[in-house]
Formats: sequence, C-alpha cells, structure tokens
Amino acid sequence: MRPGGSFPARTGRGDWFDRRISPYLMIAPFYVVFGVFGLFPLLYTAWVSLHDWHLINGDEGFVGPANFAELFSDRYFYNALFNTVSIFLLSTVPQLLAALGLAALLSRPLRARTAWRAAVLVPNVVSVAAVALVFSQLFGRDYGVINTMLGVVGIDPVNWQSNRLTAHIAVSVMVMWRWTGYNALLYLAAMQSIPRELYEASTLDGASRWRTFWSITVPGIRPTIIFTVVTATIGGLQLFAEPQLFDASGVNGTGGSGREFQTLTMYLYEHGFSLFDAGYSAAIAWVLFGVSLLFALVNFALVRRIASGD
Amino acid sequence: MRGQPRFITYGLLISVGAASIFPLYWSFVIASRDNSAIAEKTPVLVPGGNLLANIGRVFDTVDFWLALRNSLIVSGTVTLSNVILASIAGFAFARLRFPGRNGLFLVVVGTALVPGHLGVIPLYLLVSDFGWYGRLEAVIVPALVGAFSVFWMRQACEEAVPRDLVDAARVDGCSLWRAFWHAALPAIRPQVAVLAMLTFMATWNDFFWPLVVLDPNDSPTVQVALSRLASGYFTDYSLMLTGATIAVLPVLVAFVLFARRIIDGIMRGAING
Repeated sequence: MRPGGSFPARTGRGDWFDRRISPYLMIAPFYVVFGVFGLFPLLYTAWVSLHDWHLINGDEGFVGPANFAELFSDRYFYNALFNTVSIFLLSTVPQLLAALGLAALLSRPLRARTAWRAAVLVPNVVSVAAVALVFSQLFGRDYGVINTMLGVVGIDPVNWQSNRLTAHIAVSVMVMWRWTGYNALLYLAAMQSIPRELYEASTLDGASRWRTFWSITVPGIRPTIIFTVVTATIGGLQLFAEPQLFDASGVNGTGGSGREFQTLTMYLYEHGFSLFDAGYSAAIAWVLFGVSLLFALVNFALVRRIASGD
Repeated sequence: MRGQPRFITYGLLISVGAASIFPLYWSFVIASRDNSAIAEKTPVLVPGGNLLANIGRVFDTVDFWLALRNSLIVSGTVTLSNVILASIAGFAFARLRFPGRNGLFLVVVGTALVPGHLGVIPLYLLVSDFGWYGRLEAVIVPALVGAFSVFWMRQACEEAVPRDLVDAARVDGCSLWRAFWHAALPAIRPQVAVLAMLTFMATWNDFFWPLVVLDPNDSPTVQVALSRLASGYFTDYSLMLTGATIAVLPVLVAFVLFARRIIDGIMRGAING
C-alpha cells in the first residue's frame, strides 16, 4: 500500500492497529445502539407475544399462540385494521398525486424559487402533536373554520369525529398537510435529473404537455416514486399521533366514542399502556409488521408496473 | 417551458402556499386572543394583544419550562452524538477499506426499513429494567446514533472528501483519527450542519416514544406536555393553541434560518438515495 521503505517510522504497532482495528471501532457505536435498542427488542417482541405478560408484573406464563388466536377473533382488532388501511389509502393516494402536480409546478422557471420551496416544506417541520391540536380545532363542530367555510357554500356543520368516513377524511387531511410538500420536493429533485434531450425529443414529436408528463417525467422519476410509496406505507400503517389527539379525550382516547378512527398502533398502545397487557400488545405489533411488509411489497409491485411508462 | 400563462402557475402556488401557512397563522392568531375569539361567527384572522398573557397561562397550567428544558437537553444531546458518531462511521464506510465493509453497510440500510413501533413493548420493558422510566436517558440513549445519520454521512463523505487527501494524510504519518479530523471533517461541514438540523427537528418533534416512557407530570418533553393540553380536561382553545405555537416556534425559527440548506440537503438526498 505505502511506497516501500520511504516512511520507516510508520511500521510500528499504531499502524497495524489503525489498519486492522480502528475502522471497526469507528462504526461500532451504531451496531451497539442498534443491537441493544433495536434488534433485541424486535426479537424479544416475538418471545413476549407467546406469553401472558403483564407490563408491570412481568411474565405470567407461556401460552403459545393464544394471544394471536384471540387477536384473530377480536372485532376491535379488525376495526383497527380497517381504519388503518382506510386512512392510509385516503391520505396516501391523493397526497402523492398532489405532490406530483406540485413538483411539476415547482419545476417551472419561478421567481423566488427557494421561498416557494420553503413554503411547501413548512408543514413538515411542525410536530405531529401540534398538527393534531391545531387541526382538531380547525375541524371543530361548532366553531371550526372548516365548518364555517362549508357553511358559506351551504353545507351544514359536520361533526367530524362522530362518523367513520368524516373522521378518516379529517385525519387524512392532517397527514396530507404535513407530507405533500416534502414528497413534492423529492419528486422535484428527481425531475431535475431527467436529461433535457428527452423533453426536446418529445416536443419535436408534438406531444402534449400532459402526455409528456406521463410518458417521460413520471417514468423518469420512478425510483423516487417507489421510494415515497414504500416510506408512506411504512409510516402510514403506523399512524398514531394524529388520530390519537384528534379524539377529544386526547392521549387517553380510543379513537372516538365508537372507535371510529382507532388505528392499529393506537390499539397496540391501548392494550400495552392502558390495559398493561404486554403479551397481547406484542402480538398486535407482529401482525402490524406483517401487514406493513405485505403492503410495502404489493405497493412496490404495483407502482413499478404503473410508472413503467408502457 | 412553454404553455399555460404564468398567472395560473403562480395562482396555484399561492393557494398551496396559503394552505401550508394558514393553520400555523390561525393558531398564532387564536393564541394571541382570549378564549372567546374561537367562537366568533366569522373566523378571526387578525392577531390580538393577549399573546403574552396566554403564554403565561400555558406555563401555569403545565410545567412548560421543564418541558422546554427537557426537550432542549434531549434534542441537543441526540443531535450532538448523532453528528459525531455518524460522521466518524460515515467516514470509515466511505473512505477506509476493511473486510466486511459492504455487508456491514447493507445492515445499516436494512435497519432503516424496520417499522419503529414494532419493538416498543420490549423496549419499554428493557428501559424500565435499566431504571430509566420517566428519565431522559430513556429517550436519549436509544437515539444516540441512527441508521439515517450514518447513511447520510457516508453519502456526504463519498461526495466531499477527496480520496487522495486522506491517502496523503496517511502517508504523511497522520493517524486515522487525525486524517479524519484534518482531511475529512472540514470537507463535510455543510452536510454535518444539515444533518444536525434534521436530527434536532426530528427529535424535538418525536411523540410516540416520549409519550410511552416519560412521566407526563414529572418529565415531559414539549410534545408530551402539549398532548396534556389536548386531553379533554381543558376546553380552553386559546390555551391549547398557545401551547402549539410555543412548541412549533423553535423549529420554525431554525427552519427559516437554514431553509436553503435544508431544502438542498433533502433534494440532494433524494437523488442519491
């Protein structure tokens, strides 16, 4: 490696140590932290889910798959599963389409380019707790700004929390508000790396803007679209803060008086930290993991096909 | 590009921008008025003069000083340690040759894809065993260095640290650590700043884990304190939204100061990622 013999001073033990050991020391902290606080809990979840396990009192005996069996005949579980998937679809599909459109707008030559980009990114730096609090007021039944605006076009005040569909819409709006701009910036970055010649060729062919967008831009940013769909899936299926705080009783709530908007993570939280049933909660965690994995794979395949441009 | 008149482009952008800003502005307006403002027939859109009084009431209702202090300690420590540990690890992954490097890096990428809430129950049991329930260690230590940070800094080193410079430093007899300090660190400083901002904001805004493992009365972070304001015992809306405004303000200020760099960082990450 080194030119032979020019630097005799550097053949000591320090050199050997630096070459053989130091690189591993430099990357070790990550693996230690992940091993203790990431990997171990992950594996331990499987163990806990096979036990009757009280959060405070600890292990109360091995029960095998009983927690899972109970879960699969628990209607509140199916309710939470349905809510999670419904809110996920209602928030993700419009969000990513809007982000695509917004990215197309931002990619035009604009005055004050950075200011526009900053403006659409602002919601993303606001904490979920604050978002939930503010939007719960905006969606208030009696004095909410949104009901007032609907009143202007002649729609009666909506009691957003009391009905499954309206509650899902309200929660989805919070998610969309927070993430659309961020995803638009990711798309914008990807759009800018598409070679200009492709567009010029398309213009020469006389293709319309709309066509050019769908046959060149969208396929050109396919990897980014796949990335956003997968992250939105993993994040969306874990949704917690927005619906939890949308409930008028705050963090103690179960997603509305009839669990209209209780998601799987909220159900996990209820069993783990309100009812102290750690075993059952761990079983929910595993099912949640399975569902996330399934959705991530299905979405991955779906987007690959849709965005291929053929 | 040719096509639609510019006013349509700007018109659309203005409505998107307004939708982004309005909830925050409105929250600030309600925070600066008394509680009756929210019940007005037409929504109130002009700030009033009650902001300081409301802030005072927030601090009387929940211990927001303690919450702010806790959030600062947690976010500051987590940011500092992520920046240091991830820069060193990123440098090693990008610029050193050692057996198993690629496989080990794949592990880093893989861990970023695991849903965070999955291990929350055992993590809680573990942290309680350590005696950390209700203590800030519980939220700091598991977050000391994350996969995203390592990934980010490796990317930064790949881009910005010249290979020759590191080799030259090594040949000149610098130890590895000095090569890192003198050759790598100056080159990656801008990306370090962006990572620091992103980590600070993410930690400041974190909600689920602090809610689970901290004591809302004794050791809240700002977000946990905020959720207490929303918990049904209070129906004082200007109080709630004042709390939200205070919680948002620090990251908002930081964002405005560093917007250009943060946007650059996110967009560059999008292409490389």
